[in-house]
Amino acid sequence: MEIPTHLRFTSDHEWIRPEGDEGTCGITEFAQDQLGDVVFVELPDVGRTLAKGEAFGVIESVKAVYDLFTPVSGEVLERNESLLDHPEKVNESPYDEGWMIRVRLTKPEELDALLDSTAYQGLLAEA
Amino acid sequence: MDDTATANPAGALRELALRDRHAALGARFAPFAGWEMPLQYEGIVAEHTAVRTRAGVFDVSHLGRCWVTGPSAGEQLRSITTYNVLRLAPGAAHYSLYCNDSGGIDDDIFIYRLDPERWLIVHNAANAEADFARVLAAAGDAAREVTEETVMLAVQGPEALAILGRVLSPEMLSLAEHDCRELSWRGGTVLAARTGYTGEDGAECIAEPSLAGALWDELITAGVQPVGLGARDTLRLEAALPLHGHDIDATTDPYEAGLGWVVSLKDGADFTGRDALLRLKDRPLDRKLAHLVAKERAVLRAGYPVLDPESGSTLASLTSGAFGPTVAKGIGMAYLPPERAEPGTPLAVEIRGKHVPVEVVRRPFYKRSS
Repeated sequence: MEIPTHLRFTSDHEWIRPEGDEGTCGITEFAQDQLGDVVFVELPDVGRTLAKGEAFGVIESVKAVYDLFTPVSGEVLERNESLLDHPEKVNESPYDEGWMIRVRLTKPEELDALLDSTAYQGLLAEA
Repeated sequence: MDDTATANPAGALRELALRDRHAALGARFAPFAGWEMPLQYEGIVAEHTAVRTRAGVFDVSHLGRCWVTGPSAGEQLRSITTYNVLRLAPGAAHYSLYCNDSGGIDDDIFIYRLDPERWLIVHNAANAEADFARVLAAAGDAAREVTEETVMLAVQGPEALAILGRVLSPEMLSLAEHDCRELSWRGGTVLAARTGYTGEDGAECIAEPSLAGALWDELITAGVQPVGLGARDTLRLEAALPLHGHDIDATTDPYEAGLGWVVSLKDGADFTGRDALLRLKDRPLDRKLAHLVAKERAVLRAGYPVLDPESGSTLASLTSGAFGPTVAKGIGMAYLPPERAEPGTPLAVEIRGKHVPVEVVRRPFYKRSS
């Protein structure tokens, strides 16, 4: 499973693509595979402030409901509205079209504590 | 199956005879009613869609299967189930219920009359032990459980019968709906019935494991999609078929569940629960099993509260729910006061604190075109 090298990861299988003082977030290929078919995604309102580790939304597979946890503290700038009608994008393109929120980082130093692609790969190897 | 199957300590899961085939096809397994069952292979939505558009095959060997045979078999069965099975001609099958003395539903079943004196009954897996005990009490030596020694495959979808016609027998094409017959195949016997639990056309086939394995292989080679329990649930819910333990149970009677049509009272024969059902039949309903559709995209799930949309007060809980992949809507069932159960009635379902608008609809949520 190829892990994009420019992303940072959490042990909950979320990713963030840092872009200056902003970042785009989603869930990983591994996460979408574990979930199965995604049938519903609930995302936070634009303008909401999130603390690292806080639940920012919900993702539903056919069989279960899961919280989505924010990798870093920030303010929600944008959310992927297309996931409301097309939640399957999370399965089909978890790092690209399946992105979930874009945030303005309020504590950019939190990025250093996240896993890089090699460390995330290692985490998956142990799973 | 190896010897440890019958000596399993309490809590260990029973394995399907065809387990290795499911594993080889990438099945993800989950426990269900004491069995290790394929939950999905390619994915629940893909499998569901394959059944609606082509054909899928399910291994449903976990369902209880038993024979009742002999000259008294018909009467013995009549005494334990609500439908007048004596009406069944040889080669016919019918849905029925086991009720308790209060008229509650202990299980829903299917009865197949293969010959004048040979009847096969299929029970829900979760109730298989209690159900067979009921049959044994009524029929004694005439009853024989065959769950362990057979495999049951459900082949469902618009192409299912045509494919079975090619790989199993052309006789499949002359099988009328709900009819059943035993077919000779590769030196053995396959019991086939034009029945199912998906809302699609198709058949269920029962055979001893090595023959069933060969049939499974032929079906997969013919392009039939392997389908797990995940899609089995979304398919039956779209077809508004009740699931025992969820939509019907020992506390619900057939009339409030909309199943009065399988309670035969006119023949006068006694059966378990008859007296209670006679009383219940003419009594006005306190509640009625209704079918709900979400008006905006949402996933309805069992246990979610059903609310009056104005006052927000709770009327019921969903007994079943899902996002139906074919209807592309959240769907569910709940027991509602009859005056709130009319099609078109607007209600709400609480999902994580939000009141999602829903509407009562006439069943089913999905109906096949043919």
